[in-house]
Amino acid sequence: MKFGVVVFPGSNCDYDAYKALKDILHQEVEYLWHKDTSLKKSECVILPGGFSYGDYLRTGAIARFSPIMKAVIKFAKSGGLVLGICNGFQILLEAGLLPGAMLQNSSLRFVCRWIHLKVERNDLPFTKACDIGQVLKIPVAHKEGNYYIDQDELVRIERERQVVFRYCNSQGELNSDSNPNGSLANIAGIANQNGNVMGLMPHPERASEGILGSADGKVIFESIAAHFKGRG
Amino acid sequence: MPKKSKRNEKSRMSQAVVYVSLKEGVLDPQGLTIKRALEDLDYKGISEVRSGKFYQITLDASFRNGKKLVAEISNKLLANPVIETFEIKGPK
Repeated sequence: MKFGVVVFPGSNCDYDAYKALKDILHQEVEYLWHKDTSLKKSECVILPGGFSYGDYLRTGAIARFSPIMKAVIKFAKSGGLVLGICNGFQILLEAGLLPGAMLQNSSLRFVCRWIHLKVERNDLPFTKACDIGQVLKIPVAHKEGNYYIDQDELVRIERERQVVFRYCNSQGELNSDSNPNGSLANIAGIANQNGNVMGLMPHPERASEGILGSADGKVIFESIAAHFKGRG
Repeated sequence: MPKKSKRNEKSRMSQAVVYVSLKEGVLDPQGLTIKRALEDLDYKGISEVRSGKFYQITLDASFRNGKKLVAEISNKLLANPVIETFEIKGPK
């Protein structure tokens, strides 16, 4: 299968994602420039982390209108797999492909550290190689990861099981100490209703081989590859 | 003479200001921190501080329907309706 990694001005985890996919997962992967209008036959598009357009206005607000995003939105609406990591998640929220928005971290600080994540569902292409309740050790690095959605919508996304990952401690327990940014209900990652678009604040590509301190993030890319292998 | 024409140029442009702030009920950690700092400075009687941003937009004088344009870009780009509201002053 083929992955496409979008490069916006200010993306800085594009190469990390590219390398994880190419050298660790041994998958075909190509960069997609933000001014491109074609996804070059990618079967899964990754919006990587970074600071697209300097985070001006709001995180992701300007990237969301990049020429490539027209193709990404069309692809997502026709069922194509789109994964947004950190800034990529923020872009998906701004584009309306995922519900909610990001506020500044409750600490007002940029948080860069290892956290633990609890997997809430494994029936998605992005998590099918995970176990429900599995705890992943993956780093976060952001200042706007405080996920917000109004109360009615929160009830709705919980009911629709759109929450995929929550911040937890190493034992898998959810509490406020394990939440690095103040996000509602410890939300770290969500999917759309169809399950083909997912965003998460932590960086699985930065935890894709042991030498980086954890290889727990690899399971997300393995899930996607397995999803296509199963279909092909 | 050049001075005069410059002034004319300016008077022919019109300006709008868009104030963007977090919706009521959305936690504003920046506003809270400012409020706490004011309390540390011994200012009393401040019940809340809300933070926000403003954008000053200058339109060509020839532009028709500036109000509609500013409302449109505020909705589309300047504010995120999930968490923010906006108020527009001008253009004339």
